[in-house]
Amino acid sequence: MTDQIPISITVNGRSVRRFVDPRLLLIHFLREDLGLTGAHIGCETSHCGACTVDLDGMSVKSCTMFAAQADGATITTIEGMANPDGTLSVLQESFRQMHGLQCGYCTPGMIMRASVLLRENPDPTDDEVRQGIAGNLCRCTGYQNIVKAVRHAAAVINGRPSQEAAE
Amino acid sequence: MNEMVITREQREARLEGMGCKRKRVEDIRFTQGKGNYVDDLKLPGMLHGDFVRSQYGHARIKRIDAAKARALPGVIAVLTADDLKPLGLHWMPTLAGDVQAVLADGKVHFQNQEIAFVVAENRYVADDAIQLVEVEYEELPVLVDPFKALDPDAPELRPDLAGKTVGAHGPRKHHNHIFEWTVGDRAATDEAFNRADVTIKEMISYQRVHPSPLETCQCVASFDKIKGELTVHGTFQAPHVIRTVASLLSKIPEHKIHVVAPDIGGGFGNKVGAYSGYICAIVATIVTGQPVKWVEDRIENLSTTSFARDYHMTTEIAATKDGKVTGLRVHVLADHGAFDACADPSKWPAGFFNIVTGSYDFPVAHLAVDGVYTNKAPGGVAYRCSFRVTEAAYCIERAMDILAHKLGLDPAELRLRNFVRRDQFPYQSALGWEYDSGDYDTAMRKAMDAVGYAELRAEQARRREAFRRGETREIMGIGVSFFTEIVGAGPSKNCDILGVAMFDSAEIRIHPTGSIIARMGSKSQGQGHETTWAQIIATELGIPADDIMIEEGNTDTAPYGLGTYGSRSTPVTGAAIAMAARKIKAKAQMIAAHLLEVSEYDLEWDIDGFRVKGNPERAKTMKEIAWAAYNSPPPGLEPGLEAVNYYDPPNMTYPFGAYICVMDIDVDTGVATTRRFYALDDCGTRINPMIIEGQVHGGLTEAFAIAMGQEIRYDELGNVIGASFMDFFLPTAVETPVWETDFTVTPSPHHPIGAKGVGESPNVGGVPCFSNAVNDAFSFLGATHIQMPHDAWRLWQAAQDLGA
Ligand code: FES
Ligand code: FES
Repeated sequence: MTDQIPISITVNGRSVRRFVDPRLLLIHFLREDLGLTGAHIGCETSHCGACTVDLDGMSVKSCTMFAAQADGATITTIEGMANPDGTLSVLQESFRQMHGLQCGYCTPGMIMRASVLLRENPDPTDDEVRQGIAGNLCRCTGYQNIVKAVRHAAAVINGRPSQEAAE
Repeated sequence: MNEMVITREQREARLEGMGCKRKRVEDIRFTQGKGNYVDDLKLPGMLHGDFVRSQYGHARIKRIDAAKARALPGVIAVLTADDLKPLGLHWMPTLAGDVQAVLADGKVHFQNQEIAFVVAENRYVADDAIQLVEVEYEELPVLVDPFKALDPDAPELRPDLAGKTVGAHGPRKHHNHIFEWTVGDRAATDEAFNRADVTIKEMISYQRVHPSPLETCQCVASFDKIKGELTVHGTFQAPHVIRTVASLLSKIPEHKIHVVAPDIGGGFGNKVGAYSGYICAIVATIVTGQPVKWVEDRIENLSTTSFARDYHMTTEIAATKDGKVTGLRVHVLADHGAFDACADPSKWPAGFFNIVTGSYDFPVAHLAVDGVYTNKAPGGVAYRCSFRVTEAAYCIERAMDILAHKLGLDPAELRLRNFVRRDQFPYQSALGWEYDSGDYDTAMRKAMDAVGYAELRAEQARRREAFRRGETREIMGIGVSFFTEIVGAGPSKNCDILGVAMFDSAEIRIHPTGSIIARMGSKSQGQGHETTWAQIIATELGIPADDIMIEEGNTDTAPYGLGTYGSRSTPVTGAAIAMAARKIKAKAQMIAAHLLEVSEYDLEWDIDGFRVKGNPERAKTMKEIAWAAYNSPPPGLEPGLEAVNYYDPPNMTYPFGAYICVMDIDVDTGVATTRRFYALDDCGTRINPMIIEGQVHGGLTEAFAIAMGQEIRYDELGNVIGASFMDFFLPTAVETPVWETDFTVTPSPHHPIGAKGVGESPNVGGVPCFSNAVNDAFSFLGATHIQMPHDAWRLWQAAQDLGA
């Protein structure tokens, strides 16, 4: 066995120090070593985005990165997205209000991606949302209500009335 | 708020019962990453299993040497067919009455077939060990073209069946033949064709595709040696059936097997079957005494656990010259791959394909289906459709367009002339079904009005002229489809799986304080049962949906049911829920009568309780009744308030819908743009309109994917092409069209709440709608039928072929 590598990462505000196999994927580190099973595996080939997490402010497909590469990084996963009092954040609540999820398997990745999208573009159009989440596949919703959810969240965050209504 | 001043509307609203857009209960955990999916499960000492798979499509296995793999540190076991043989588990029965190799027994029949199961301490070591297993093959001639399967000199794919001239569904006429299934009146149909003014004939293929839920198939099997008990957590759409099958195969008594289907990341038919991975994980946990997890990767998922369609349908319609259909004749060549593992009710080798007369009043019809073996993966699951119904809808909806084209009639007009009329229901179809209810004419006209159909046709005519004049290189297609589904399998008189009748079940228990736990035999994979089942109970029993907890998927606690697929949950489980609730309500009425000191017959139901007729002030709420049911029941009545119902439906339900698609295609690039897609669905009574819309969006997106790009293809050597997300078309948010949804409501007369089911309708109706739009676009250039999938490359080719 190859020698293990020491890493230190901040995950959802907690600093974590571990020794990892050089080939250990970040998604497996998060799910199996840290028990953060919110990020999912849909392909392991960077196509589906189910494993998306926030790494130093960027959306990263954690199936396509080694845990060792994340050394020194600050990571937020879906488990770190709720409000401090445990209630759903605006974005999470918007997904619920607009019926932006069904089986829920893509949802953690979608929400993590959408949160970065809204940071980069606080008031996206439908098309900009669609482009912005093109790296995340959903097999259930047909995306329409995900787009609504993201725009609804933008409206709430920007303090203006939402044009979106769930069907 | 003071109870006294609550209005009737407020009482009604706080129930969040049927018909309201209740937000989903499931979403609280899913949006926080707190779902509980199979791969999230981690048991102490858990091992990981993974497969060595065949490189070849057809080969004899001369030697398997696992010595190096076994010697690798961290490897616990390597199982081959020889290890399973003493247990009698190297082959397993399929749902379709065939057998399938669990691990290749001397021979591989398709690429990526399971050869050996490696069990190791973690998934990385298992992967390393797979590379170390040496398999020596002797290649055999490969058969991938179903049209060559029955050639006299075709390679024999299943020597294990040699000499078997009768299969599970009757005589076999060739070594690669599985069954022939015929329905209808051959002579009368031939006669209709002899007399017809006009006939059409077309070979309409529906390519091999895959349901591809975002979560692959997986399980964790764990055997307790001391107690002799087996627990299997898995991605099971039908957990109870899996337990029964596991018991029959393993000989472990059924009560000592605990099957649990936790949250499931989409199913779409993929998770109905029993796969080698489940069997091997079970054997491995029994052998090692440690829990064993098996998780397939995406390529394994797309290339081994099931496929859908692969139907090649030679379709003929006879008609009068003014466009009245007089006969339908269909022959299907069905490619079932290497083993017949179709997930159909046992007596239906081609599922309910005999719904192929569709929404039209065919006086006579005849259908013959030949199933054949090829060197491809087994499966034949209902990918977001009732059994083979999407194939049937595609067949008839394409054929109707071809007939319209030949007659020079508008496709919508041809449909209107041939619909089963409202006054014909219940309608007896020429191929044996009794349609429960429908109002096709109203739905079609509503759809045409909504999109401005006449104006669209006028625009198309103008644009065709412009194209002819060379002013544009874009052509416009208008796709029309009108489908009738058949769902809710099914009545025990004709539906069973391996002898288990296809009822479903619900058990409702009201606690003394008036909250409820209810359990069902169905299993949600994203449909939102925890939300909608509570809505049915809320309306039936007057208890707020928020006070009702729904549980599914645990075979120890849930009543036996056949699971969720084929849009059967609402028609069958939904009915069981209503019936169980009504049993409770009947008892509640007795208790209320006792409490109010009146006769039962003097009471009437009012939203959330019983009141005395003519004296509404005297009333008891369900909550009050629940307390009394436990603590002061009428003398002679047993305490408690719960009921279970096993519902055997009297008939299927027949949802329908009218879809219209407007598409523009650039003939120089083949790029198709969906300008508009309008979907009107009639699923009878609507339980939660928000969830229905969501189901329609999702089903349409899958239909779009199938029609416009999906295909699991094989090259002539049997290599599976396109079995990864790199190649297999799953549309992103960018390609996916915007959906417009609409509805009419024609309740099912035989269903307790009139609901018909909707989850699969959009896939069934959507695929022909897209394909009809493409074909309609090209029709003025001389096209009759262009095969799916309609990706840009093929559309560009079609344009080239037509000289556009
Ligand atoms: S699992 Fe990482 S992109 Fe699919
Ligand atoms: S909700 Fe199922 S994959 Fe998106």
